[in-house]
Amino acid sequence: MVNPIKEGWLTFKSIFTGMGITMRHLFQPSVTLQYPDEREELPPGARAQLYVNIDDCIGCNLCARACPVNCIDIETVKATDDVDLGKTSTGNPKRFWLTRFNIDMAKCMYCDLCVHPCPTDCIYMVPEYEYSEFDRSNFVFHFSNLSPEMVADVKEKAEDEAERKKKEKEEMMRKKAEEKKKKELEEKKKAAEEKVKKENETNDKGPENENSENDDKE
Amino acid sequence: MFETIGNILAPLTAILIHAAIPLTIILVYALVAIWGERKIAGFIQDRLGPMRVGGFHGWAQSIADLLKLIQKEDIVPTDASRFLFKFAPFMMFAASYAAFAVIPFSPEYIGSNINVGVFYLLAITSILTLSVIMAGWASNNKWSLLGGMRSAAQMVSYEVPTIATVLTVIVVAGSLNLMTVTEMQNGNDILGFLPNWFIFQNPFLIVAFIIFFISILAESHRVPFDLPESESELVGGYQTEYSGIRWAMFMLAEYADMLLLSLLGATLFFGGWNSPFGEFMAGPFWGFFWFMLKGLLLVFVMMWIRWTLPRYRVDQLMHICWSILIPLSFVNLILVALWEMIF
Repeated sequence: MVNPIKEGWLTFKSIFTGMGITMRHLFQPSVTLQYPDEREELPPGARAQLYVNIDDCIGCNLCARACPVNCIDIETVKATDDVDLGKTSTGNPKRFWLTRFNIDMAKCMYCDLCVHPCPTDCIYMVPEYEYSEFDRSNFVFHFSNLSPEMVADVKEKAEDEAERKKKEKEEMMRKKAEEKKKKELEEKKKAAEEKVKKENETNDKGPENENSENDDKE
Repeated sequence: MFETIGNILAPLTAILIHAAIPLTIILVYALVAIWGERKIAGFIQDRLGPMRVGGFHGWAQSIADLLKLIQKEDIVPTDASRFLFKFAPFMMFAASYAAFAVIPFSPEYIGSNINVGVFYLLAITSILTLSVIMAGWASNNKWSLLGGMRSAAQMVSYEVPTIATVLTVIVVAGSLNLMTVTEMQNGNDILGFLPNWFIFQNPFLIVAFIIFFISILAESHRVPFDLPESESELVGGYQTEYSGIRWAMFMLAEYADMLLLSLLGATLFFGGWNSPFGEFMAGPFWGFFWFMLKGLLLVFVMMWIRWTLPRYRVDQLMHICWSILIPLSFVNLILVALWEMIF
């Protein structure tokens, strides 16, 4: 049998305890962040969106190779000899035109693995997280700063140069080959002359040597 | 000719004005209370509540909600009893609203200064039960009917302790007229400074007020006795089939009922329109201010309890009513009567 007075007292006590707690919370500042009006500052190292400082990129492709989901797509064209692309801010010489540097943020899994291999620290995460799109294709971020005409121009030049270099190389190869041939011919001649000489000498010496030579051949 | 028209028009205008005053109070109160309840809910849960509509702390939120509800389609279930289904919410609000006629809002204003005021109020609020059953039955939905029956059981049960505690006050006051009851609580005589409110006059009336308050929580379907709606599990009970403006009428009636019973509590126990400082800040307008302040404070406590306590089970609800509150209230009635006889 429960004691009704004790029970009643306990009931009221617990009710008033609860009401005290809620009253305390009534005057506590709220934890709500009024999102579009105010935004939380992301902690350092937050991974939200990849960004490429294209001026520092040397087109080494290390980030694309590090990416586990293949979301980085890089196309480089070798700069021709007459252009100097300058140096990155870290002092590395730039040798490639970056004709394409696309990052598909829809594929990106924010693992940060592409950031660390970069020799010039030009790819990194930025605290920008509001890039929702209606079309998935809009998630492909284009970082190359070359215009399409420029790209075409650069490619043409690079091809021309490559062809020229190829031709030069072929020419060189041909020359080398000719020289080699000449040399060989000369050597053969020499050898032949020497042989003749030797033969003459052996003929002078006697028939024993000739016999031994024949044995070797066999 | 003009005199006869005047003779008809003048009382008609007077009636309309007198009828419009409580209606305005209810409507403005409902808008503020719905917003206030959401704000209080937010603050108690360390949130902010509505913040967007209207600028300062979303003050226009309930107006926006009302506009939304008005625009909604008026759905009547196919096999529902059309007339009763459409009529029930309006009858419910009418019952709440009619009861405001005998509430003395200020020393100068009372809708109807009749001698059976409290009796009229308790009688007319019984129609609330009727309209709840009507809504549940007319919906032609078993869940609505079950919800309506549950609500009816709850409201009928809790009417008993409510009436018993109101009777306790009537025993002390000796009048059913709420204006007279209020006037009797005028002055600051208890212990030299406390106002002459009934709650301070008699220790048993404090117990009576606690029972009364618990009962009006159940009468107006507030947590911890909000089983008729139990929004988290019943999806509305008898309101299941209602939508749009008819549902809004139910909401309005519920909030009006809450205010009505709080104001009744303020009249019976806390001196109605009497100022707590004697003659200081007394008068028709201050009277209205004090009266509404007391009523709204009780409403605030109801909201405060809503965000503190969990809901009772239906058997616990009935247990509290029939085996605790009703015996207690009747014993209390006798004790108050004895106290009145002795002192």
